Amino acid sequence: MSNSAPAYFAKANTVVVHALAVRKAYDRGRIGVLDNVALEVCAGEMVALLGASGSGKSTLLHILGGLDAPDLGELSVCGLDPGNEKNRLVLRRHHLGFIFQLHNLIADLTVEENLRVPALAAGAPSAETKARVRELAESTGLAHRLGHRIQDLSGGERQRVAICRALMNRPQLILADEPTGSLDEATADTIFALLRSLVKDQGVAILLATHERRFAEQCDRVLRVRAGRIEES
Amino acid sequence: MRFLALVFVNLRRHKLRALIGVAGIGFGVAAMLTILAIIGGAIGMFERILAVDSHYLVFERNTSDLFFSSVTTKQIEGIRVLPQTEAAHPLLFGLVSAPGHPIITCFGLEAGNPRLTRAKWIAGDAADFGRKKNGIWLGARAAKFLDAAASETIGIGRGKFFVAGILETENGFEDGGVFFPLAAAQEFFHRDGVASVVAVQLRNPAQGDAFKQAVEEAYPGLIALENREFNQGYTQFRILRFTGWAVGLCAFLLGGLGVANTMLLSVFSRIREIAVLRVCGFSKGQVAGLIFGEAAVIAGFGLGFGFALGFGALAALQRVPQFHGYIQSAISPLLMGGIVATALSTALAGAIFPARFAARIQPAEALRYE
Ligand SMILES: Nc1ncnc2c1ncn2[C@@H]1O[C@H](COP(=O)(O)OP(=O)(O)OP(=O)(O)O)[C@@H](O)[C@H]1O
Ligand SMILES: [Mg+2]
Repeated sequence: MSNSAPAYFAKANTVVVHALAVRKAYDRGRIGVLDNVALEVCAGEMVALLGASGSGKSTLLHILGGLDAPDLGELSVCGLDPGNEKNRLVLRRHHLGFIFQLHNLIADLTVEENLRVPALAAGAPSAETKARVRELAESTGLAHRLGHRIQDLSGGERQRVAICRALMNRPQLILADEPTGSLDEATADTIFALLRSLVKDQGVAILLATHERRFAEQCDRVLRVRAGRIEES
Repeated sequence: MRFLALVFVNLRRHKLRALIGVAGIGFGVAAMLTILAIIGGAIGMFERILAVDSHYLVFERNTSDLFFSSVTTKQIEGIRVLPQTEAAHPLLFGLVSAPGHPIITCFGLEAGNPRLTRAKWIAGDAADFGRKKNGIWLGARAAKFLDAAASETIGIGRGKFFVAGILETENGFEDGGVFFPLAAAQEFFHRDGVASVVAVQLRNPAQGDAFKQAVEEAYPGLIALENREFNQGYTQFRILRFTGWAVGLCAFLLGGLGVANTMLLSVFSRIREIAVLRVCGFSKGQVAGLIFGEAAVIAGFGLGFGFALGFGALAALQRVPQFHGYIQSAISPLLMGGIVATALSTALAGAIFPARFAARIQPAEALRYE
């Protein structure tokens, strides 16, 4: 790489995540997790986040999504500082989508009802929400399952619903924490392909924590969390 | 999907738990409704006894219970000759017991008292009141429970009396009473020359203030109250009403604890789900709103259940012969409104802690829960 900037700084234009000198420890500083983390993610970029179990990938995603607060550091996500509750709310409602290893859907609601949750939170008009639900369900092959309860769906279908839910409010950035972690290989492949297509077709940025090299290799950039820092891979 | 749909989803999910909350509020509502309706009815009856054909009630000042009030014959005569007075009807209250009936209310009154002339006479005649030796007159309900017929001799307290007539009055309380001629009652209750209250009819109702002033100037020991004032001011009524609300509130307190318990369990059992809602953009306020919404729905169902139960209980009580006519369920919009407001506020108060807890759930921590 001829560029002098390290890989955790993005080269493209619109920066959706900017983090500098982020530090996080648990248990009143006794369990240091992130020591001095810096990274950038740009619009339309898919960035893989590798790292051993317990290295702090989830912690970093939680901090970026405003689910957890860093002890120190400079943060900007979609132009907002997730340091205050008002910004966090705006981020979660309009700029961010989360996908987890466990789908975290409400099991006894239908697919459609689950998809409506983010719209409900953001107070989106009902007609618009209905159209968005259809559109997403069709593009992910879930249209025929909209009225089914989550508990009746397969693991792959559930994860597709979770992806749709993350996309409901048209976010710029998706924080995905091992979204294929509990799926079989073939299903994991389709889910990854779906995520990849979001970046390509819709210009969404994805920060993807994963243990799977084969997926990391297909991302635009690969970052690695080690000893509380981000290293280029 | 609306906000309310999420509320119902969770209630459906834990039906038994929700039902316990509903039952808690429901019993509170039913208790409050029944107690207050009965107390209100009893007060209403008492009020009506005193209000028959009168504008003002005169009784002893600073007395806590009308049974202890004394107005002397001389005072009664004085009231009768006041220029504003059209008619004054003394009434002496007393309590006696009969075998199997520990408390029977007795009324001492003069012939010509409107309550006698207006009653429906089942046996005997209003014109004969006070003219039969050793005679008493029974309310229809009293005749029934004492199992007495006209012309029989029955024991009341330590005396033996001749049943000279039976009359049905519009008022359940009176209907369960025994009527004595005033003089006989004074002798029987050892209250020579006194009445408990005097019900006064004015020549012109507009002269009320003048009448009141005249009475209270002439007899500083007496008080003259307009019927309406009396009903609001009489301490016994106040104590009764207060007791009713207090007992009702206690019932509600338990109901509120039931809701608190239901809601706490509801929050504890879905910490992760609440975290996910927060991740999806729910604010702390929206999460709290969800919990309060559940509590409000529980209160709503509790109100429905409680009113059904309460009205059912009142209807059933009114059918019991011993109570017949005694319970008049005086249910005012104010009472209903008060119960609805109390139920809602108890349920919401019960939800405060659970809602706070839910709003403070840290998404990152909760998501690590398995
Ligand atoms: N609330 C907490 N209190 C104490 N320690 C915590 C807490 N949350 C996370 N940790 C610790 O922080 C470290 C990083 O955890 P994190 O979940 O971010 O790792 P990870 O890289 O996502 O691991 P994995 O690949 O297994 O998901 C772990 O050692 C974990 O035990
Ligand atoms: Mg993790």
